[in-house]
Amino acid sequence: MYQYDQYDQAMVDARVAEFRDQVRRRLDGSLPEEEFRHLRLKNGLYLQLHAYMLRVAIPYGTLNFRQMHMLGHIARKYDKGYGHFTTRQNIQYNWIKLEDAPDILAELATVEMHAIQTSGNCIRNISSDQFAGAAADEIADPRPWAELLRQWSTFHPEFQLLPRKFKIAVIASPNDRAAMRLHDIGIELVKNADGVLGARFFVGGGMGRTPMIAPMIREWVPIEELISYAEACLRVYNRYGRRDNKYKARIKILIHELGADEYRRQVEEEFAHMKTLGLNPPAAELERISAFFRDPPFEQGLSDDIDRSDPDFAVWVDQNTHPHRVPGYASVTISLKPAGGIPGDATAEQIDLMAELARDYAFDELRVTHAQNIVLAHVRKADLYAIWHKLDAAGLATANLDLIGDMIACPGLDYCSLANARSIPVAQKISERFADTGRQRELGELKLKISGCINACGHHHAGHIGILGVDKKGLENYQLLLGGSAAEDVSLAKIVGPGFDEDGIVNAVETVTNVYLGARQQGERFVDTYRRIGMEPFKEALYG
Amino acid sequence: MKILTGNDLKTGDVIWWAGDTRWSRHLADSIDAGDEAEAILKREEAALRVNVPYIVDGKQTDQGPMPLHIKERIRAFGPTVRTDLAINTSIPIVKA
Repeated sequence: MYQYDQYDQAMVDARVAEFRDQVRRRLDGSLPEEEFRHLRLKNGLYLQLHAYMLRVAIPYGTLNFRQMHMLGHIARKYDKGYGHFTTRQNIQYNWIKLEDAPDILAELATVEMHAIQTSGNCIRNISSDQFAGAAADEIADPRPWAELLRQWSTFHPEFQLLPRKFKIAVIASPNDRAAMRLHDIGIELVKNADGVLGARFFVGGGMGRTPMIAPMIREWVPIEELISYAEACLRVYNRYGRRDNKYKARIKILIHELGADEYRRQVEEEFAHMKTLGLNPPAAELERISAFFRDPPFEQGLSDDIDRSDPDFAVWVDQNTHPHRVPGYASVTISLKPAGGIPGDATAEQIDLMAELARDYAFDELRVTHAQNIVLAHVRKADLYAIWHKLDAAGLATANLDLIGDMIACPGLDYCSLANARSIPVAQKISERFADTGRQRELGELKLKISGCINACGHHHAGHIGILGVDKKGLENYQLLLGGSAAEDVSLAKIVGPGFDEDGIVNAVETVTNVYLGARQQGERFVDTYRRIGMEPFKEALYG
Repeated sequence: MKILTGNDLKTGDVIWWAGDTRWSRHLADSIDAGDEAEAILKREEAALRVNVPYIVDGKQTDQGPMPLHIKERIRAFGPTVRTDLAINTSIPIVKA
């Protein structure tokens, strides 16, 4: 994985020193909150419901043992012994003291980490496929391009004060595991008929209060011009984005109002201009970055056989491992969704254990997924049983990947000052209702996503089943949505009808799964059945 | 009643105005700021005794002062999903 050079380290160290001075001035009163607020947000420090919340960047969700171990250390030393992995492949801590924040950032800097690009109207942390560099179905490794985009976007002087936050995802597989088309820019690396690598650009997607699927703006961008084209996309947005209205300031609104054709025309005009400026990174720099992502020393000739005599282990293997492109290896997803647990939360001890497993079994590398789980990307199949045993002892061997128990949930009103309703208790109740793994497997792939407000951090629009918490005359109320997907079959979920209270929404989820079980045809997932039979049978079962 | 709340500047802890220049971690210590609420907030924020303060509508109950809205009750007592972190688990937060 990428390692800082002197410039990366110098920038991060300088930022820590700068922020330390800003905090000192805030604490002595010389810097008022209205001036300090945007400075702390530029360093990932929010003021949330109970305390300051620090969001730490994990570029494209990739980190090593030392970094993961540091995340556990911070949870233990500065927080209340746990952290929350987010849908942006980051981690956040809920109980941070302002006076500790500079020391935390200084400790993070010692392992090449920071909290830059985790807040504010800038290009946020770049996200990618959690199986990058490992998946059997990818056509290239997207990580060098994600890293290039990280370096281009960090402190880019032109894009520090965009109309609104800006999210970019890069994938290189026809199977979208990164919600690519629900980003401001989604980049899909593709190969043409001659086997040449290029980039397909989707621009103007997003969730939030106005969910939209990004239209394709350019089918083929020569790979060496990826940065120039991204810059052209940003420039048009930066010039014409709706700074007059926060709720219409995302690029999706601009493209919706202009129309994709007109936006494309303007980007092409800008792109033609960009080409004259020589902004594409030199080949030597691309080679330098790519060198960090070369294959680890995989053993050759390993067997793909796995001893499946332990039935619990066999279920976990079936559910939580993913095909690797190298024979004898697999990618493991560690579910952070135990029955009745808090989705995405991990204790310091669990974080340490996952770090140690990465060091001992997975070439010192972990990934955070946008579905709030952790991946060991390169694991010998011969080591799976030992890993499973250690995970099981730590409560981390739940075999529910992509099942109803593997739900996304935002922190909701238990932690978030923007939320209107609690998400986690609903997630816990549904998780308990469907705690039986056999029942979950009978339902098959079912993406359930819960948000505690319209901002949609829990991706409810993209759930096969989505739940949106709202405030109804001071009471929590939950709307049920059906039919969304964040994958290559991307679609936006639709609201079924009137909302439910907390217990009612749990019953409603069970009701719609029963409708599915009664109507599904061979091989159909929940969302497939929904698309075939439509909303009406579900509505009928729910409301009579 | 008008309850005043905000966060401690250094720690970020949720705090409640308890009269004069006093701020408490415990909602039970809060008192009605009445018509003086705005003036008290300005004074206390300027003195750095509270950060990002605001006024909350509340009522007196058998359990003491209680915000009307669930959000403020969760602020007062801690996350409902981590009762081990709650400030006072003896008082229900969801239903006032």
